[in-house]
Amino acid sequence: MHSSLWLSALLVVPVLGAALAALVRKREGWSYAVAVTASSVEFVLTIIIAFLYNSHVAHAQTFDFATRHVLSAPFGLAYDVAIDGISLFLVVLTSFVVLVALLGARDRRREPAFVSWLLLLTALTMGSFIAHDVLEFFIFFELTLVPSYFIIAQWGGAERVKAALKFFIYTFSASAFLLIGILYLGFSHQHQTQGALTFAYGALAQTQMTHSTAIWLFIAFAIAFAAKSPIWPLHTWSPITYAEAPTAGSIEFSALLAKLGSYGLLRFAVGLFPLALPDMRPVVLTLAVIGILYGSAVACVSRDLKRFVAYSSLAQMGFITLGVMTGSKIAMVGAVLLMFNHGVITAGFFLIIGFIEQRRASIQIRDLNGLQGPAPVMAGLFTVVMLASIGLPGLSGFVSEYLILIGTFATHTWWSVVATLGVVGAALYLLWAYQRVFHGEAVGANATMADVNSKERWVLVPVVVLIVALGVFPKPVLDRISPSVQQLIEHVAPSGVSK
Amino acid sequence: MNLVVPHIHYLAIMPVIVLFAGSVVLLFATALVRTKVTTVVATGVTSLAALAALVLTFFQWYSLDQHGATTTVAHAITLDGFSVVATGVIAVCLLMATLVGHDWAVREGVVGAEYQILALAASAGAVLMTQANDLIVVFLGLEILSIALYVLVAFDRHRRTSAEAALKYFLLGSFASAIFIYGAALVYGGTGTTNLSSISYFLGNNVLLRPGLVYAGGALLLVGFAFKVAAVPFHLWSPDVYEGAPTPVTGFMAAVVKVGAFAALVRVLISALGTQLDTWRPILWVLIVLTTVVGAALAVVQRNAKRMLAYSSINHAGFILIGIWAGTVRGVAGTLFYLITYAPTVVATFAIVTLVGGLGDEQHDVANYRGLARRQPWLGASLAVLLLSQLGAPLTTGFYAKYSVLASALDTNGASLALIALLSAAIAAFFYLRWTITLYSEESVDATRIVVPRATGVVIGLGVALTLVFGIWPGPLATLAQHATVLFVP
Repeated sequence: MHSSLWLSALLVVPVLGAALAALVRKREGWSYAVAVTASSVEFVLTIIIAFLYNSHVAHAQTFDFATRHVLSAPFGLAYDVAIDGISLFLVVLTSFVVLVALLGARDRRREPAFVSWLLLLTALTMGSFIAHDVLEFFIFFELTLVPSYFIIAQWGGAERVKAALKFFIYTFSASAFLLIGILYLGFSHQHQTQGALTFAYGALAQTQMTHSTAIWLFIAFAIAFAAKSPIWPLHTWSPITYAEAPTAGSIEFSALLAKLGSYGLLRFAVGLFPLALPDMRPVVLTLAVIGILYGSAVACVSRDLKRFVAYSSLAQMGFITLGVMTGSKIAMVGAVLLMFNHGVITAGFFLIIGFIEQRRASIQIRDLNGLQGPAPVMAGLFTVVMLASIGLPGLSGFVSEYLILIGTFATHTWWSVVATLGVVGAALYLLWAYQRVFHGEAVGANATMADVNSKERWVLVPVVVLIVALGVFPKPVLDRISPSVQQLIEHVAPSGVSK
Repeated sequence: MNLVVPHIHYLAIMPVIVLFAGSVVLLFATALVRTKVTTVVATGVTSLAALAALVLTFFQWYSLDQHGATTTVAHAITLDGFSVVATGVIAVCLLMATLVGHDWAVREGVVGAEYQILALAASAGAVLMTQANDLIVVFLGLEILSIALYVLVAFDRHRRTSAEAALKYFLLGSFASAIFIYGAALVYGGTGTTNLSSISYFLGNNVLLRPGLVYAGGALLLVGFAFKVAAVPFHLWSPDVYEGAPTPVTGFMAAVVKVGAFAALVRVLISALGTQLDTWRPILWVLIVLTTVVGAALAVVQRNAKRMLAYSSINHAGFILIGIWAGTVRGVAGTLFYLITYAPTVVATFAIVTLVGGLGDEQHDVANYRGLARRQPWLGASLAVLLLSQLGAPLTTGFYAKYSVLASALDTNGASLALIALLSAAIAAFFYLRWTITLYSEESVDATRIVVPRATGVVIGLGVALTLVFGIWPGPLATLAQHATVLFVP
C-alpha cells in the first residue's frame, strides 16, 4: 500500500500549473513554459507511480494508493482516490498525451488562457481516472465539459460555437441519466444498510438489487458512457467536435475524454451491475459491432482528415467496447490495452494532421496529394502510426486487437467474426487515405510543403517508440492489467463469465 | 370585552421588528427632516438593519440550540431552524440588493429613500412568511411583501415598461392574493382553524367524510403560491415584470420573493397538509414537470437577458419544488439548501446585468454582452461563474443545489421526476452557454468600459465567492440545511 499523496499530487500539479500560467500571462511565452514544466512533472509522477504500483496489494484487492475522506456526510460526498491496473495506464496515458499535445500542437493564439484550460482539463481527466467514489467520479466526469467547451468555442474552427454547444448539450444530457442512476444506486444502498449515505465504489458494488433494477441502472449508466466513448448511435457529436476543435483539443478529446466513456463502462456499468450483463451484453456487443462497421465505412468516404480520424476512432472504440463487454478475461485485458494504445495512436494521427494543417492550411483530402515526395519523414512516421492502427503484428495495435478478437471469439463467436471484418475495413480506409494523401505526384502547394522539422520529429519519437515497444514487449503492461481485470471478473463472475 | 395579550417571545420576532423599524424610521425621516435624506444615509440605515437582522439570526440559532424550536404569539409565529436560516438568507439578499440599488440610484439620479424603505418593508414581509404558522400570518407577510414590490417594480418613472410591468404585476398579484385568501377561508371552513399545526392535528385525528372543502382550499392555496413563485402555468406575469422592473429590483425580487414564498409553501404543504401528502403530490408532480420544462424551453428563444433570467428562474422554481414534492426531512433540507445557494447567486447576476444595462437601464440584449470578458476579464469571468452555477456545473453551488433536491426525490421513488427535471437543465444549459460564449466572443459591439462602482463590486465578489467556496466545499451549508429542519414535519 502506497501513500495516496502521489495521486493527490496528480491533481494538484496541473491545477497549480494552470493558476501559475494564468498569473504570468503578461510575459510572452512564460505561460507555455509553465505549462510544459507542469505537464512534464505530471508525466514523471505518473511514471514513478507506474513503477511503484503493486499489483498484489492485499488479498483479492488490487487497488493501491488508496485514501478516503468524507467531505459532506448529508450529501455522501467524499474525496476518495485509488488506482488499480486498469486506471494506472489511463493515468499514464493522460499525462503522456497532454505533454505531447502541448509540445507538438502549440497554439499561440491567446496562449496563457489556452494552456490554463488544457491543464485544468488534464487535472479533471486525471481526477476521473483516480476517483474511487462514484459521485466523485461523476463530478470530475461532468466538469471536464467546462474546459472542453471553452477550448472548442474559443480556439476552434469556423463552426466552433455550434460544435461546442452540440458537444456540451449532448454529453450533458447523457450524463443526466448517469447522475440519476448514481443517486438511485446510492439510496438503494443506504436503504439496505440503514447506514450513512455513501457512494464509495466498494460499498456500492455490494448493493443487492433485482434483475430489472440492474438493467435499468445499467442502461442509465451506459447511455452516458456510450455518448462519451462514443458508441454508435450516440456518436453524432464527435465528428464535428473533433474536426472543429484545435489540434491539441482534438488530441485530448479523442485520446483521453473518449477513454472516460469506455473506462466508465468497464469500471462502473459492468462492475456495479453484473446482474444486467446477461441481458445487456448482446445489445451492447451488437452496437459495438455496428459501430466498427459503420465507422470503417464512413471513414472511407470522409472528406477531411480530422473527420476521418473521428470515424476511425468510432471503429476503434467499437473494438474497445467489444472487449469490455464480452466478459472474457483475455478480451477485457485487450480492451484496457487498446484504450492505452488507441490514445497513443490517435495522438500521433492528430499531431501529424496538425503539422499538415499548419503547412497547408487545409486538411481536405482532395487538396492534398503526393506529400511523400516533399515530406518523406512525415510520410514514414504516418505510416508507422497507420500500420499500428491497422493492427500490423509487431506494433501495439495488433496485440490489443488480437486479444480482444480471440477473447470475444471464445464467448461470442459470431460477433467476433463480424468484427474481424472491421480489421479488414481499417486496412482499407487507412491505406486508401494514405494513398490519396501521400502517394502520387505532388502538385501545387503540396510539392513545396516542408517536411517535419527536428522539434516535431522529437515530439513524434516517443509516440513511435511506444507503438513499437508495446507491440514487441507488452508483458510488463499486461502483468499489471491482468490481476485487476481478474478481480473485476471475479466480482462479476456469478452471472456467467467464462475463463 | 376582554382582550388577552398572548405571550410574545421577542427574540423570535426581532428580525421582523428591526427590518420594519428601519423602514419606518426612514419613512419618518423623509417626512420630518428638513433637508433631503440622501441616498447614502438611506443605504446606510438599510444595510445596518439588514446586518442587525443577520446578527439576530445567530442569537436565534443559539437560543434554538439551548431551548429547541418553539411557537409564540398564540402559536402564530414559529421559531425553528428553518425560519432562522431563511431569515438569514433574506437579510443577506437585502444587504446585497441595497448595495446594488445604491449604485443604481446614483447612476440614474434617483433621490430619496423610497427604494430602501420599500425594500426593507418587503423583506420584513418575507421574513414574516418564513416564520408564519398561521394562514392569516402567511397572508399578512405575502401582502406586505407584494404591495412593497408592486411599487418597487414601478420605480423607474422614466421607462414606460416599468409602470406597465407594475400594473400587470399588481392586477395578477391581487388576483392571486384573493385566490389565496379564499383558499384559506375554505380550509378554515373544513378544519375549523387557520393555524397550521392545528390544521395538521385536525387532519391527523379526524377522518374527513367529505374532504372536498379542504381539498378545494388546499388547491387554491397552492395556486396562490404557484403564482408567487412563478410556476407554470401561473408564470405569465414573470418575464414581463422581470424585464420591466428596474434591474436591481428584479434581482431583489428574484431572490427574496422566492425565499419567502417557498418557505411558507413548505410550511403549508408539509406542516399543515402533510397528512394529505398523497393527494397533493401528483398535482405538484405535474406542476414541476411543466415548470422545469417550459421554463427551460422558453428561455432558449429569448434575446433579452432579463427575460432569459426570468425563464431561468422559472426553471429553478421547478427544481426547488422537487424538494417539497419529496415531502421528507431530506427534501425540506434540499429546498432550503437550494434557496441558500440560489438567492445570492441571482442577486449577484442581476448586479452585473444592472451594470451592463447602462444609464437608462435599457441595454439588456444578449448582444450587449459581446466580448465583455475580453475587455474586462474579472467582470466577465464573474458572470461566467454565476451563469455556470445556475447551469449546475460541478464545483459551483448550483450543482449541489440541484443535487440536494434530486437526491431527496430519488430517496422517495422520484427517479422519473428527477430525470425529467435534469433533462430540462440540459435544455437550460443551451442558453447559459450561449450567453457565456457571447462574453468571450472576439468582436465587441462597443468598447466602452463598464465602470464597476465599489458597492456593486463587493456584491458581485461576494456572490462569486459564495458560489465557488461552497461549490468546492459544500459541507458546512449542507449540514446547516440539514440541521435547520422544520418544527412540524409529520
